[in-house]
Amino acid sequence: MRRIGVFVCHCGTNIASTVDVKAVAETLGKEPAVVFATDYPYMCSEAGQNIIKEAIKEHKLEGVVVCSCSPRMHEATFRKAVAAAGLNSYMLEVANIREQCSWIHKNKEEGTAKAIVLGRAAIAKVQLNAPLTAGESPVVKRALVIGGGIAGIQTALDIAEAGYPVDIVEKEPTIGGKMTQIDKTFPTLDCSSCILTPKMVECAQNENITIYSYSEVEAVTGFVGNFSVKIRRKKRYVDETKCTGCGICTEKCPVKNVPSAYDLGLKNHRAIYIPFAQAIPNVAVIDADYCNKLTKGKCGICSKFCSAGAINYEQEDQIVEEKYGAIIAATGYNPISLEGYDEYAYSQSKDVVTSLEFERILKADGPTEGHLERLSDGKQPKTIVFVQCVGSRQSADAAHGGCGKEYCSKICCMYTAKHAMYCREKYPDTDVYVFYIDVRTPGKNYDEFYRRAVEQYGVHYIKGMVGKVAPQADGSLMVQASDLLSNEQLHIKADMVVLAAAIEPNKSARPLATMLTASMDTNDFFTEAHAKLRPVESPTAGVFLSGVCQGPKDIPETVSQASAAAAKALGLLAKDKLSCNPCVAHSDEMMCNGCSSCANVCPYGAITYSDKEFRGPNRTTLIRRVASVNAAVCQGCGACTVACPSGAMDLKGFSTSQIMAEVDAICK
Amino acid sequence: MQEGMVKRASELLADGTVVRVLGWKNGEFVYDPTPAVFESAEALSDFVYNDFCASNLSKYLVALSKKEGKTLVFLKPCDSYSFNQLLTEHRVDREKVYIIGIPCDGKVDESKLRTQGAEGVTGIATDGDIITVSTLYGDVQLKKADVIAERCVTCKSKKVVAYDEMMGENGEVNSNCGRFDQVAELEAMTPDERFAFWRNELSKCIRCNACRNICPACTCEQCVFDNPKSGISQKAAADSFEENMFHIIRAFHVAGRCTDCGECSRVCPQHIPLHLLNRKFIKEMNECYGEYQAGAEAGSRAPLVNFTKEDCEPSIVYTKEASK
Repeated sequence: MRRIGVFVCHCGTNIASTVDVKAVAETLGKEPAVVFATDYPYMCSEAGQNIIKEAIKEHKLEGVVVCSCSPRMHEATFRKAVAAAGLNSYMLEVANIREQCSWIHKNKEEGTAKAIVLGRAAIAKVQLNAPLTAGESPVVKRALVIGGGIAGIQTALDIAEAGYPVDIVEKEPTIGGKMTQIDKTFPTLDCSSCILTPKMVECAQNENITIYSYSEVEAVTGFVGNFSVKIRRKKRYVDETKCTGCGICTEKCPVKNVPSAYDLGLKNHRAIYIPFAQAIPNVAVIDADYCNKLTKGKCGICSKFCSAGAINYEQEDQIVEEKYGAIIAATGYNPISLEGYDEYAYSQSKDVVTSLEFERILKADGPTEGHLERLSDGKQPKTIVFVQCVGSRQSADAAHGGCGKEYCSKICCMYTAKHAMYCREKYPDTDVYVFYIDVRTPGKNYDEFYRRAVEQYGVHYIKGMVGKVAPQADGSLMVQASDLLSNEQLHIKADMVVLAAAIEPNKSARPLATMLTASMDTNDFFTEAHAKLRPVESPTAGVFLSGVCQGPKDIPETVSQASAAAAKALGLLAKDKLSCNPCVAHSDEMMCNGCSSCANVCPYGAITYSDKEFRGPNRTTLIRRVASVNAAVCQGCGACTVACPSGAMDLKGFSTSQIMAEVDAICK
Repeated sequence: MQEGMVKRASELLADGTVVRVLGWKNGEFVYDPTPAVFESAEALSDFVYNDFCASNLSKYLVALSKKEGKTLVFLKPCDSYSFNQLLTEHRVDREKVYIIGIPCDGKVDESKLRTQGAEGVTGIATDGDIITVSTLYGDVQLKKADVIAERCVTCKSKKVVAYDEMMGENGEVNSNCGRFDQVAELEAMTPDERFAFWRNELSKCIRCNACRNICPACTCEQCVFDNPKSGISQKAAADSFEENMFHIIRAFHVAGRCTDCGECSRVCPQHIPLHLLNRKFIKEMNECYGEYQAGAEAGSRAPLVNFTKEDCEPSIVYTKEASK
């Protein structure tokens, strides 16, 4: 039996207020193997660590149990302390008597009893601990950014600037994302394209950046420092290396009725198109659903006019395989579908638009060439009603087909103030109403911006929600709403209604999270490793988060976070080697059947099979197919240990016998 | 049938395609034929095939396919599912097995013969739906449907799913076989009733290990019950419940891999309906992850060792449990 030392932490009053720490130390001190037990206000402090170090030497301890906070907080601290005193750092166990005990109990008696049981389990486990040594794995010095919006662009630029190669995978034919569709940006009102396109161009020009546009991530294997990614380059029927972006094909193509995704379907382009003038890469793409040549086999006009010979109707998808050290998710957002909100007559009237559609109307390359016009009759609207929180801050109940979001979309208050101000500035004879639940404008120069809309531009801000929008025979829209401050029902005859639709994570985020084994919350936003202290890292090592894929945010915040994610990724790429987790799986070859169950469930591809020779009875040699684990690839998730039908797979540091010993100690 | 099988086996032995034949020969009694290996045409004179030849031959191929040369085996539909499952788990070498698929329309359960009045059985002959059982007391004619084993009454498939050649016509999968009806009955019980049912059944266990030894899914190099390091190896049971755990552990062990061949129940000397435990797992998995038949295809991924985006979330499993 090993000589065990037990160290019980008070964590100030965090533990001591609901756990009688002295009683815990005293009781555990009587356990058969325990030769030393004590308590101390802050075990993680320098002085606390010294107590552990001295006790190891003085009492010749062979195993250490620290009863304290979660191992996620201080396991590394205590491992170092134990190692400093000459013990293998894996001869330490942390019993979590804070998060899993003192914080969740009110009754001190119960808390104390539970802390003792948790301590006993750790003592039982450490008896079976084996000294482990961490190996090393190299870091591939290349990063992958998934998503080419402003978040992905900024992250990629920062990584490239620091001297590391970085690839951007963008599923649309051009990078740029939502920001390309926006007219002006708050709170300074500079032109969105004017500030974005230099960054897009920089991406194209930077030697360290490779852009895979019109491409999607197909599969991800590997682990931090060493991911293998398959990227599907979708066929665009245009050879990217030959196309000069002259645009002649997009003028000659006879198919003119293809709804433009860039213009949210408010405008059409040809079957072969370049999404917009500043697209990067400036390469045409054919919409296979509309192209005459591809649907009917007849036409080929674009090919005839293409002097570069770039058109290739036979093009196939290509798969690119590349290795990366770090992956940054920057998949962005979309406005929600407004199908469930028919009270606003979105599907009934062309003059009820979403805020993003309104941006297109205001922007010079949009459907109205930047003139404020109704989409139904081209007339200038005299009364505009803006409705805030359409789908945001709602219980996700059945009332709206379950499409409501409980969170605040965060950007709507500001862009609505921007829209309202714009209308009043350019068209002073317009009456502008904004219906809101709350106006939320924290941020540098944000509240001033909103106040300007109210005070300087005379926008009618009304606290209350719109109940119904009814299209009238004369083409106007009857808006029925309540004014909560004056407690009256309002009926406003409007010419245009703009809905601030909630934003939600891009639909591609969930399958991507599955591929990355990165966790998501119930709204499909990526979860960060720590909400406060590690906000740009995913709990999955080597995966970082940039932009709205982590939670709603505006452009300045997105850019800050994008740079933060880049900094974190750079911290990883700057390392030559990572020390591996030594708690990895290993197979007992004498028991292994070779059935492949473990390899089937291994998310990291760490298990391989080979035929090995074994000594059989009567001096014979048997050849058996057995599993072996690549310790540098294994991440110690333990999936194989439960899949193995014959119990041949086990996990170092968390062996079946250790876990059973813990359970036995708890049940004793 | 038997003559045809012997003839074809002799041919394949003679032309060197195979070096041995895995089949059946008579056991101590005519109604318990035993699996046997024949290495020459002469030895095949002992070869037997009749409606008593119920045992699943696939598991024997684990050892035989490690030997030199090819083995000829006769596989019934049930056995062929087991064979595929063993292939999936890399337990047999397909290259070293030559399979003749044989159709099956149910095997006779000797205990049912007894209840139908045929005792002292000395022979059996089948003609369509009617079987003629010769006994010490004269011949008895019985309807086959009345005397086939329970697992054959609810036969899931008459299709041989792995073979090099078929002898006779291959059958079809029967998706409406009703094999889960008995499980549903158990599910309809209250937990107390169900517990009592299983305690009663499992308490009969004499721990002879026949179910484990016959099970084609039980081919571990070292069984956990034989491994002192496992913590659950064979030992005197500490209490009457501990013994029951053997079967529950085994059912978990074969979950997702069991092809529902029913051999466990056939060989149980205490007539414990062990197959119901396995069928419960199959039913549960079908309901949670969609229909899956282990062994229907070699190389298929069982739901428990597979992940698809359509897999139900754990919450659905909890809700399902709560709704009971």
